Amino acid sequence: MKTKIFACTVAAVALGSFAGVDAASARDQIQIAGSSTVLPYANIVAEQYGKAFSQFKTPVVESGGSSAGLKQFCQGLGEKTIDVANSSRAIKDAEVKACGDAGVKEIMEIRFGYDGIVFATDAGGPAWALEPKDLYLALAEQVPVNGKMTSNPNKTWKQVNDKLPDWPITAYIPGEKHGTREVFEEKVLHGGCKATGADKLLIAAAEGADDGAKKKAADKACVKVRKDGASVDIDGDYTETLARLKSNPKGIGVFGLSFYENNTDKLKVATMSSIAPSVETIATGKYPVSRPLFFYVKKAHIDVTPGLKEYVEFFTSTKMIGADGPLAEYGLVPLPEAELKALQDAVKTAKTM
Amino acid sequence: MTVDAPIADGHPLPRLNDPARLRTRYAAEARFRIYGVAALSIAIAFLFGLFASIISNGWSAFLQTKAHVPVYLDPAEIDPDGKRDVSRFGLADYTKLARDALSKAIGLPEKQDKATKRDLKGLLSRAIDVQIRDLVVADPSLIGQTITVPLLAHGDVDSLLKGAIDRSIPEERRQLNDRQLQWIDKLTADGVLKKDFNAGLFAYGASSQPESSGLAVALIGSLFMMLTVALLAVPIGVATAAYLEEFAPKNFWTDLIEVNINNLAAVPSIVFGLLGLAVFINFAGLPRSASLIGGLVLTLMTLPTIIIATRAAIRAVPPSIREAALGVGASKMQTLFHHTLPLAFPGIMTGTIIGLVQALGETAPLLMIGMVAFVVDIPSSVMEPATALPVQIYMWATSAERGFVERTAGATIVLLGFLFVMNAAAVYLRRRFERKW
Repeated sequence: MKTKIFACTVAAVALGSFAGVDAASARDQIQIAGSSTVLPYANIVAEQYGKAFSQFKTPVVESGGSSAGLKQFCQGLGEKTIDVANSSRAIKDAEVKACGDAGVKEIMEIRFGYDGIVFATDAGGPAWALEPKDLYLALAEQVPVNGKMTSNPNKTWKQVNDKLPDWPITAYIPGEKHGTREVFEEKVLHGGCKATGADKLLIAAAEGADDGAKKKAADKACVKVRKDGASVDIDGDYTETLARLKSNPKGIGVFGLSFYENNTDKLKVATMSSIAPSVETIATGKYPVSRPLFFYVKKAHIDVTPGLKEYVEFFTSTKMIGADGPLAEYGLVPLPEAELKALQDAVKTAKTM
Repeated sequence: MTVDAPIADGHPLPRLNDPARLRTRYAAEARFRIYGVAALSIAIAFLFGLFASIISNGWSAFLQTKAHVPVYLDPAEIDPDGKRDVSRFGLADYTKLARDALSKAIGLPEKQDKATKRDLKGLLSRAIDVQIRDLVVADPSLIGQTITVPLLAHGDVDSLLKGAIDRSIPEERRQLNDRQLQWIDKLTADGVLKKDFNAGLFAYGASSQPESSGLAVALIGSLFMMLTVALLAVPIGVATAAYLEEFAPKNFWTDLIEVNINNLAAVPSIVFGLLGLAVFINFAGLPRSASLIGGLVLTLMTLPTIIIATRAAIRAVPPSIREAALGVGASKMQTLFHHTLPLAFPGIMTGTIIGLVQALGETAPLLMIGMVAFVVDIPSSVMEPATALPVQIYMWATSAERGFVERTAGATIVLLGFLFVMNAAAVYLRRRFERKW
């Protein structure tokens, strides 16, 4: 027993000292963190990069959300911090400032493509043709009735729009921690708010010191979602939304285009303003609900972390994010050609924000 | 026999053997038993439901569809200058070689339009280039020969043959088109496409495609972390418990320590993750995502469990053993090492294994230290990035591709298998070494 405990202690000490030695040497692997929407794309690139550059290790891609990723990104420079932050939204001014305070002054912003947001129902149901207006009237907390804002009286989709099926309103929308929610609010609810004229009513009713404050308050009220159970926040991911639709085939869910394209047999997609979402309609801007995807790179790390420069160039190459690349195959909406060219030039010169 | 009931507050208490009262008491007991059996049945039904669902979803993850086609390793493509230069091998278009081989197996003409090529490519995994390249790099003498390679089929083909993709739905909504279905049927009938044991599930790291993703990184990461926990938590935990139980004076400070240890056992595991981030990464400067940090964090988490279990085991050793040892002149330390600890050993082992099992199933503390990540390269030391089994399950569960559904359940089976083996070991050790007094 004595010898055993002695052996354990020796092993523990050995483990500890071994750790100390190794940590002093430089990191030889790219570290990436951030958005779970960007994660599958970054995974594909990391995997292909690992195959193409056998001299470098395959990057490690953490998920955890855009905000968490950017927070880590702005912790400072050096090998303890990550090299790249994936984000499904543009970096905020406050974050740029936080970065600058921590010494991350030169940031390369790379907008590598677009992601569509689609509305889909169970594959067995009828076809849906939605307008932002319909979703607003179905899901907003307050809607205009006879020129007055009242709490949402609509119970079925048919009450909202005669062409929609007579289903009780149940929508599974991304929870507030998701970047997708912001796009949903901005492009769908806000759009619907304007189309129904509710924004004017809200501005008239809003309290505020001046017109700007009133407009702000109205904008906020526009995107408020009803809380009587007709709209369900999904804080998990799209697989959870899919499971909810399976158990309630009369619900409607919000998905990313790539998720839908991988599950076309289980989902039926709704058209938005009579445009069906696809890589083409989103790339040309016809389908209204889309958002750009980003990743951010620390310029100071480019020459320090081995392979980082190659990773950024590889990610932005036409082979990866072009129209025939594996990312587009997965569901990424590629950049228009001119934008792609401009991006590649910016990467070559390592242009910072 | 009648018992005279005592009188309290002027009311006679009912006689204990009053038949009416006896009946209600028996009935109450019978009801209580029924509640117990019902609760147990519900628990067993849930357990069976869970197992049935996981196994029925996951057993197919242990099989993988592969296309056994003869691939001509064309020297003109792989080694155009004939120098057998290994670094040149990486540049060849192996996907094209595989596609040509597959098209020959289907019996398509050599000249093909773009759509045909795309459909053919859609039947095979993106990982086949590495598959063939590894063969060539391992044995360059194969160049110029035609060898039969079990090429990984695309995840959609695999899902179709396993019934996870419905053939009857209209072509435009199906992942595979009608022509691809025809080819798949022909290849299956010819015995080219068939399901084999999925060794890749244990050999590959993370991948963006279901067919080429495996548990290797997660298994090794979990193993490293368990080793770290076992090497650190057991000696520290046992030493702490032995000291507190046998040597420490009973005063305010030891009471405070004891209360804190008991409280630590109930602290949510994510808190340990935050601590790990602050101490091991930001302060000590250890690399992110490394399994060593995961092991250290889990050690902190497991320590209270081990300390509490060890103290209980040491306390369960009868004082007569200690007194006898001390009586014949053994020192306190000799008593501890020669008698108390060996007798407490089964209890310590059980506590340790239960602590390890708990640690094996944790994901929350790993999130903070960067181990919930996509890691392709298989780690060779505790300092390299790795993931853990439950993390891999979580990552697969959130993936969009159909093939990841069965893999999620398959990985759960593997994790449950490990937990089962470890628990069985705990039970065995207890039975084998337990002493009855």
